[in-house]
Amino acid sequence: MVNTNKPSVKLKVSNLSINYGEASALRDVNLDVYENEIFGIIGPANSGKTSFLKTINRMDIFTPGMKVVGDIIFNGTSLDQWRNVYALRSRIGVVFPLPVGLPLTIYENVALAPRLAGVKNRTELDIIVERCLTRAALWDEVKDRLDSLGSMLSGGQQQRLTIARALSQEPDLLMLDEFSIAVDPVTTMRIEDVLKELKHEMTIILVTNLVQQAYRLADRTAFFLMGDCVEMGNTEDLFSGNVQDERTRDYIEGRFG
Amino acid sequence: MSNSPEINIFAESELNISNKKTEGLFRILYMMMTWLLILPVATILAILVYKGGPMISFEFLFSNPIKGMTAGGIFPALIGTVWLVSVALLFSVPLGVAAAIYLSEYAKDNWFTRMINLAIINLAGVPSIVHALFGVGAFVLFFGFGTSILAASLTLGIMTLPVVIVSSYESLQAVPMAFREACWSMGATRWQTIRRIVLPNSVSGILTGVILEVSRTTGETAPIMFTGAAFFLPYLPESVFDQTMALSLHLFVVSTQVPHVPEGLPYGVALVLIGMVLTMNAASIAFRTYLRGRKKW
Repeated sequence: MVNTNKPSVKLKVSNLSINYGEASALRDVNLDVYENEIFGIIGPANSGKTSFLKTINRMDIFTPGMKVVGDIIFNGTSLDQWRNVYALRSRIGVVFPLPVGLPLTIYENVALAPRLAGVKNRTELDIIVERCLTRAALWDEVKDRLDSLGSMLSGGQQQRLTIARALSQEPDLLMLDEFSIAVDPVTTMRIEDVLKELKHEMTIILVTNLVQQAYRLADRTAFFLMGDCVEMGNTEDLFSGNVQDERTRDYIEGRFG
Repeated sequence: MSNSPEINIFAESELNISNKKTEGLFRILYMMMTWLLILPVATILAILVYKGGPMISFEFLFSNPIKGMTAGGIFPALIGTVWLVSVALLFSVPLGVAAAIYLSEYAKDNWFTRMINLAIINLAGVPSIVHALFGVGAFVLFFGFGTSILAASLTLGIMTLPVVIVSSYESLQAVPMAFREACWSMGATRWQTIRRIVLPNSVSGILTGVILEVSRTTGETAPIMFTGAAFFLPYLPESVFDQTMALSLHLFVVSTQVPHVPEGLPYGVALVLIGMVLTMNAASIAFRTYLRGRKKW
């Protein structure tokens, strides 16, 4: 996808560094994420990808010893200026590596975010639940057992449930952290199709350790290595060998990692 | 291969045989230790049932003691124990669970939190007679409750607080962190997360701890002796400001303080007391089994 006119910036990260006590997890990262794109982040384990996601929805405050320096601007407002972190988090959907089906029924898993936001009307909730489950490609499989436990679904179904749950927040930004780690290839493909659809409605940050997944989905891709953002550019360019840093080429071609 | 000497690779070596012997030895040793544990419990129960069993009757359970407590029943003591335990729970459960929620869900790991934890451990180590004297000083005299159910129950409550806190804390901690993080990342506050996810999934453990606590409170004698339990009071208490008889103290009295008590009477009282405790323990185990069956992850 080529944007002719300059796209608007959804998320602007400047000079971001993250430390855990003495250990440095991320150093001086600068990047922009544009509206309605899938922004891929690839890189081996321990590169600071997950720490990066944590800072965006201010989950860093729950991690003792995590120090964040730098500026992140979301929807035009610096995170320091977002007075209400709860409102910020409700705008950002998160999908974790291992599916976290909350110990609630399938229905309540998806209805939780609207309930937290104060929606009480049952009809309204019914509509939200059906819409989100449909968009996450799970509705047909669970529509007859919405009252059974979400945590009893299979891994792939649970991951789609967590995507439905994230969608129920009506987020502007969806962050997926290695979502396919515990999911079979067929379900992965289904979720990837869902993401391609969702791109038209929201911005997506996709952290993945599958290089090919970034190639299939991401419009632009950043390569993180050992806490540095080594390179960032159009996915097409990176995967056609048009790179500035040899390490990027090596990683993409599978020579290390 | 055919001309090399036959080696049976499945034969047991010296080392195998000696390992096997040691294995068997320790197995039997530990098993016998465990069986020895059953012995005192079985003996106590057997003696109580043998000697106290014939005492138990409807009249014994539901009438007042008469003739200087050498005859009649134990009804006021039975009801008194129920009063004491209930009021103690009304005090210690809300307080203990609230403290556990704070320590598990809100408190940061700093020197202040560590000091609170240390205080709780120390409170658990205070001997019950010291609690009793504290109760006299604080509740009977300072707060002016007099010797009453209220003073005795507050003393019992303070004594049982550490156990309520620790068992509730453990149950809260058993809820996986991933659930909290998923909930927080959706924009939930800590309290919304506690109310919708953490508490519903730890309530079984908290209740089990509370029930076990009840059974311990039932048998305590020292803390209530000076604070609200009466030697002999053949009426039922009408409010928390009354004194009352209690089963545990009654057992002490009829065993050591009153002359000419028929031999079976103390055994009967003890049997009722231990029966109450065992019933509550059984209820707690059954309840836990029931709730575990409904565990959601």
